[in-house]
Amino acid sequence: MPNIDLSQTPRRELNSQLHALAPDTNETLWRVENPAGQHALVVGVDAPITVEIAGNVGYYCAGMNQKATVVVEGNAGVGVAENMMSGVVHIKGDASQAAGATAHGGLLIIDGNASARCGISMKGVNIVVKGSIGPMSAFMAQSGALVVLGDAGDALGDSIYEAHLYVRGDVKSLGADCVEKALGEEERAELSGLLKAAGLTGEVQVEEFKYYGSGRSLYNFHVDNALSY
Amino acid sequence: MCGIVGLFLKDRALEPQLGGLLAAMLEVMTDRGPDSAGFAVYGEGQPGRTKLTLRGSNLADLAKTVSDVLGAPVQGVLRDTHVVLSAPSEREAALRTWLAAHRPDITVIGSGQRIELYKEVGLPADVSERFGLAGMSGTHGVGHTRMATESAVTTDGAHPFSTGADQCLVHNGSLSNHRSLRRMLEPRGITFSTDNDSEVAAGYLSWKLREGAGLAQALEDSLSDLDGFFTFVVGTESGFAVLRDPISCKPAVMAETDQYVAFGSEYRALVGLPGIEAARVFEPEPARVYAWERH
Repeated sequence: MPNIDLSQTPRRELNSQLHALAPDTNETLWRVENPAGQHALVVGVDAPITVEIAGNVGYYCAGMNQKATVVVEGNAGVGVAENMMSGVVHIKGDASQAAGATAHGGLLIIDGNASARCGISMKGVNIVVKGSIGPMSAFMAQSGALVVLGDAGDALGDSIYEAHLYVRGDVKSLGADCVEKALGEEERAELSGLLKAAGLTGEVQVEEFKYYGSGRSLYNFHVDNALSY
Repeated sequence: MCGIVGLFLKDRALEPQLGGLLAAMLEVMTDRGPDSAGFAVYGEGQPGRTKLTLRGSNLADLAKTVSDVLGAPVQGVLRDTHVVLSAPSEREAALRTWLAAHRPDITVIGSGQRIELYKEVGLPADVSERFGLAGMSGTHGVGHTRMATESAVTTDGAHPFSTGADQCLVHNGSLSNHRSLRRMLEPRGITFSTDNDSEVAAGYLSWKLREGAGLAQALEDSLSDLDGFFTFVVGTESGFAVLRDPISCKPAVMAETDQYVAFGSEYRALVGLPGIEAARVFEPEPARVYAWERH
């Protein structure tokens, strides 16, 4: 098992080693020590491996991730898993702003809280936050699902497209064109699957969540609103 | 982009290390601000005496000169381009008048019973080294590394800004209504020595504090009067506070233990603090005032 000590090895050396892995590599479990809040750790990995990071990380950790499972045993800075394509990113502490921003696929699990703009412009990623999320989360969210066990801050889902938002706690306010919808069979199945994927089966029930999505009133130009544009 | 740091000690045993810890935090923030750096430290103070931090050149004999002029003992501690004069508080006005008349080349950048401020153009590590930050002790301090956006790379534009006794502010961001705020504050007796937007924020808080608000209330009020992007870290003689704008445009992370409260623009700045592994690390929420007072 490769063990990289970032107090000895430069970050670019770590990322280069990870980029060089073949799809069928046998080095499937990596351990990264002493991250010390450095930025851009384990970015752009494209191999079915697991990378465990022993501590807090800085900005853009696990960005553009494909296939890999990245576990952060601490807090993550701005933009964790931004533009992730597939794989799993698991933050055991809190995440800062813009967690999962623009991500196309995969699963982002945050055990603690996420701050502002969680899931901004998400494009297919699934995000499960076990704590609460900050204001302006899921802004212009296009597809995928955001599950929040705690509360959501102001302007949740502002200008949302077709992402699904499931919140168990209170929502401080909804953004423009984000509305509460009935939790149908399809959404129950999706939510149940995501709770299972995040290891929460039995701990929380699907019925405890409210479901929010697009009111679809911003999709088309309305001449009545012309003066508002 | 700028980097800001702050450290407020709860445990007196750490006070001799304040400067050393702050210097390390400041240096990590070089990536966020290589143009200039500055810091304020709340160190020793004597009742009845006021410390004036002055910036300029030919400062070596200044304390002796003003002692003779004022007929009162004035002590001076010279550190590179700055000197801290300690004068009887009742002679502060006379000292300022004399300086303005006879040494217009000197800038008074801070005053108070305990505060000392230092700032210069250059890399943060060099600035710390020139002023001997690592050797300073104190109860709390703030620091700033600047990447200039709204005004020139000059020492005048370096933070912290101090517009009232024992008050200082560091700012990451930019204010868009600083000209109108300045026009509101100047007739109310708040004076500014630069064109910098952050100095206006400092002046605004000085005005609120003068009008009787506490530090937390002054910051609360600023949320409705300031327009722009900001993360502020503010110091007073006994207080330390943090505020971010309502959309949390600029980054911030904090750590609290039984020994201290620490602020950094990035977590990296906090990594070297004692006991950081067990600290409560959190991101301050937007538009929420965080304030601590010494007891």
